[in-house]
Amino acid sequence: MSGRDAILGALRRSLKRQAGDDAAVEARLKAYERGPVPARAQLEPTAQVDLFQAMAEEHAASLTRVASAQEVPGAVAAYLKAHNLPQRLRAAPDPELDALPWETQSLLTVERGRAEAEDTASLTGAFAGIAETGTLMLLSGEDAPTTLNFLPDTHIVLLKASQVVGPYEEAWDLVRAKFGPDAMPRTVNMITGPSRTADIEQTIQLGAHGPRRLHIVLIEDGA
Amino acid sequence: MPKEIAPPARVGLFVTCLVDLMRPSVGFAAVKLLEEAGCAVEAPRAQTCCGQPAYNSGDRADAQALARQTIEAFEGFDYVVAPSGSCAAMIREHYPALLAKDAAWSARAERLAVRTYELISFLSDVRGVTGVAARFEGAVTYHDGCSGLRELGIQAQPRQLLASVQGLSLKEMPDADVCCGFGGTFCVKFSDISNTMVGDKIASIEKSGARTLLAGELGCLMNMAGKLKRTGVQVEARHVAEVLAGMTDEPAIGEAGGD
Amino acid sequence: MRSTAHSFKDNAKAAMADPQLRRALDNVKTGFIGKRAKAAARLPEFEALRDASRAIKVHTLDHLDLYLERYEKNVLAAGGHVHWCESAADARAAVLEICQRVGAKTVTKGKSMICEEIALNEHLEAEGMIPVETDLGEYIIQLRHEPPSHIIAPAVHLTKDAIEADFRQAHTQFPKDRPLSEPRHLVDEARQVLRTRFLEADVGITGANFLIAETGSSVIVTNEGNGDLTQVIPKVHIVVASLEKVIPNLCDLSTILRVLARSATGQEFSTYTTVSSGPKRPEDPDGPEEYHVILLDNGRTQMLGNEFREVLHCIRCGACMNHCPVYHAIGGHAYGWVYPGPIGAVLTPGLIGIEEAGDLPNASSFCGRCESVCPMRIPLPKLMRHWREREFERRLTPAPVRYGLAAWAFLARRPALYHWLLGLEMRVLGALGRRKGRFAWLPFAGGWTRHRDFPAPQGKTFQALWAERQGTRAP
Repeated sequence: MSGRDAILGALRRSLKRQAGDDAAVEARLKAYERGPVPARAQLEPTAQVDLFQAMAEEHAASLTRVASAQEVPGAVAAYLKAHNLPQRLRAAPDPELDALPWETQSLLTVERGRAEAEDTASLTGAFAGIAETGTLMLLSGEDAPTTLNFLPDTHIVLLKASQVVGPYEEAWDLVRAKFGPDAMPRTVNMITGPSRTADIEQTIQLGAHGPRRLHIVLIEDGA
Repeated sequence: MPKEIAPPARVGLFVTCLVDLMRPSVGFAAVKLLEEAGCAVEAPRAQTCCGQPAYNSGDRADAQALARQTIEAFEGFDYVVAPSGSCAAMIREHYPALLAKDAAWSARAERLAVRTYELISFLSDVRGVTGVAARFEGAVTYHDGCSGLRELGIQAQPRQLLASVQGLSLKEMPDADVCCGFGGTFCVKFSDISNTMVGDKIASIEKSGARTLLAGELGCLMNMAGKLKRTGVQVEARHVAEVLAGMTDEPAIGEAGGD
Repeated sequence: MRSTAHSFKDNAKAAMADPQLRRALDNVKTGFIGKRAKAAARLPEFEALRDASRAIKVHTLDHLDLYLERYEKNVLAAGGHVHWCESAADARAAVLEICQRVGAKTVTKGKSMICEEIALNEHLEAEGMIPVETDLGEYIIQLRHEPPSHIIAPAVHLTKDAIEADFRQAHTQFPKDRPLSEPRHLVDEARQVLRTRFLEADVGITGANFLIAETGSSVIVTNEGNGDLTQVIPKVHIVVASLEKVIPNLCDLSTILRVLARSATGQEFSTYTTVSSGPKRPEDPDGPEEYHVILLDNGRTQMLGNEFREVLHCIRCGACMNHCPVYHAIGGHAYGWVYPGPIGAVLTPGLIGIEEAGDLPNASSFCGRCESVCPMRIPLPKLMRHWREREFERRLTPAPVRYGLAAWAFLARRPALYHWLLGLEMRVLGALGRRKGRFAWLPFAGGWTRHRDFPAPQGKTFQALWAERQGTRAP
């Protein structure tokens, strides 16, 4: 007997499984019933964006607001300069990022693709911002290599105010709307602040293995 | 002053084996407080032990036998009151579970459970007592017994009543809600671990600066008093009922009798 | 790992005599408890979320076979593989087979208690591979050849001085006079060392905090980002998970995530929550080419059918041990196997046998603090009591305890005899102890009097005095 049959057989005996129970499970799966959703995550859009910023900053991320996508290259270059970082960027191969006016920043070198060991800073888009805890949601895909989120010391994320939702459930609704009910992107990264550890005497240290800095450039696109 | 709000009630005092054997003055303090709160108190002689030692050691049969014995002894009363959170919790929280599969007894266990209370919370929550007519000079600190605190939600009630005692000031210790290491048979089965725990507790008591330690659980008090004596820390230990009843003439727990 | 749970009392004694350990454990007491309390107080819905989280687990376990089938179907649809393993040996063999097939040399690992449970590292090493723990705490204890002492903070038993000494001994590639006394130095050095390992790894192994039936996904929750580097860089990603990790869908995940980090570290949310579904897609620029799930039973189907089912609600947050005064006294290693603290006291006997781990469920004062903070409201004292009942039934309870209980119960069940005999004894003890008020030694009470005095009884019992009072009151 295979391990699968043995385990499932033992479970069915333990649980006294009856025919028809499968329908209950199917219904439960597709009901997408929410548990108690924190009231603090159910605000009108402007307040939602403010909460997102406050929570992200509480988790040691930094955030700059810009009025339009046109200002992004300048904001990115300014951030790198302010932190004495090289003016080099590994950007996700994302048409939206390609379309930004990088030519305005003559000192800044932008390369596309997955992260390499020597990359110091990365730039990615985001799928959503979750106000509840200041959490970014990033999906892997053709235009979004996952390595960019973890290998470089500095991770810069472009987020539009219109992408900010309240609780986690709303972000998952958007994922389902995009991919269909049973499908998922290979990786969904929910990121709340830069990498950290408290494994040494419970003192919090940033930059354990992932990025030491997480910077969010928020485009106020009139949401 | 105690105010009599609730109608008169017939209370069966579950003395608890420790109070009965070790420190009967706690029982008489309980009787006084109950009588002041308008209760007629009886202490059935058919009671012995609530069965915790057996129950917590995995001996269900003896625990069930003692549960039945206790239920029988107390069935006629309006309320059962014990000067101990753990014994009250045993009857209130655990008897129904212990006898759940016993058709003849489960309903009787349930009926007794809902009428059973720990002394101080009974005075506060059931009898509406908000103050006592007692005097005690000095600073006290209060240890929350685990069962009373976490199984019965007793935390504010003793502090509220203590606040009404003339001359008394309450100085909270850090970690008042952390176990003292007694745990019934635990303290002898795992004597070394229990010792570390009671050692930490003594350090907390000392930090309060109070010279008197109070609690609502005689087992915990004997454990802490025994450690205070052994380590020579000058803090006296008493059951909270003694202070609330103004009956502090007896030597404190583990103190010399004077002859 | 080999269990030392049978020598729990000796382990505990040694632990309590270690001043370095006592200092380190003070960090647990002062750190975790306050942070959890603050995080819980900040979220008004916290208690309701605990109830909802528990309800999710109750429902899922009631339908575990069906959810696992659904989960498997969706993993396969995403291009992954599921290996059903009844025992630890089956799971080790399945991992080894994959590693050998791809010719793995370096195997990076995210933090996984299940990998500890199946003793995977020893096994891979014996087969000539190099398993590298990448969670900082796990890395430190791997250097020391120690098991974790806590389920979310594996090196919580160590002070930074001890870690510095370990790093100086292990990392000989760096200058001897480098500064290494501060946590920052230690974190940076580990980052540098492990970065190379991440890049050269052939296989990455992670655990799973949750498996999602609806989507066939595995979920890891970390703060360091090591789990993500472990699973995204190598050619092969292996998830090792026990079967009770499955939950229905992403709404359920959202609910339970709200209590997980708050209960564990007091964070609002952990830094990285990663939901993975299958291997890289044709269009993906990175990601593993193979995705395997090792689904481990190891006795859990049995627990599902008996009085210990609720232990399978556990989400491994560590709140029970963070709040346990026994754990604070002795630390995690004394428990002698993989899972310490209250959850270990219940789980360990189920996994390695009550004969081996009999002390664990007894070493609790039943203070109930664990249950009061458990996000899944697992009645840990009740489950420990169930183990004691099994021991008592099987006469595994130590003889002195059994005889003592029997004698006590014999008396307590005979009120007349009880009052007469004990009344007499108390009068004798009371008279003997009156002068000092206490005993420094008593026969048969060595467990008590070794560490504390025994307060003397007042003399007459309450029942005797009550009878006198009734007598004087009687007409």
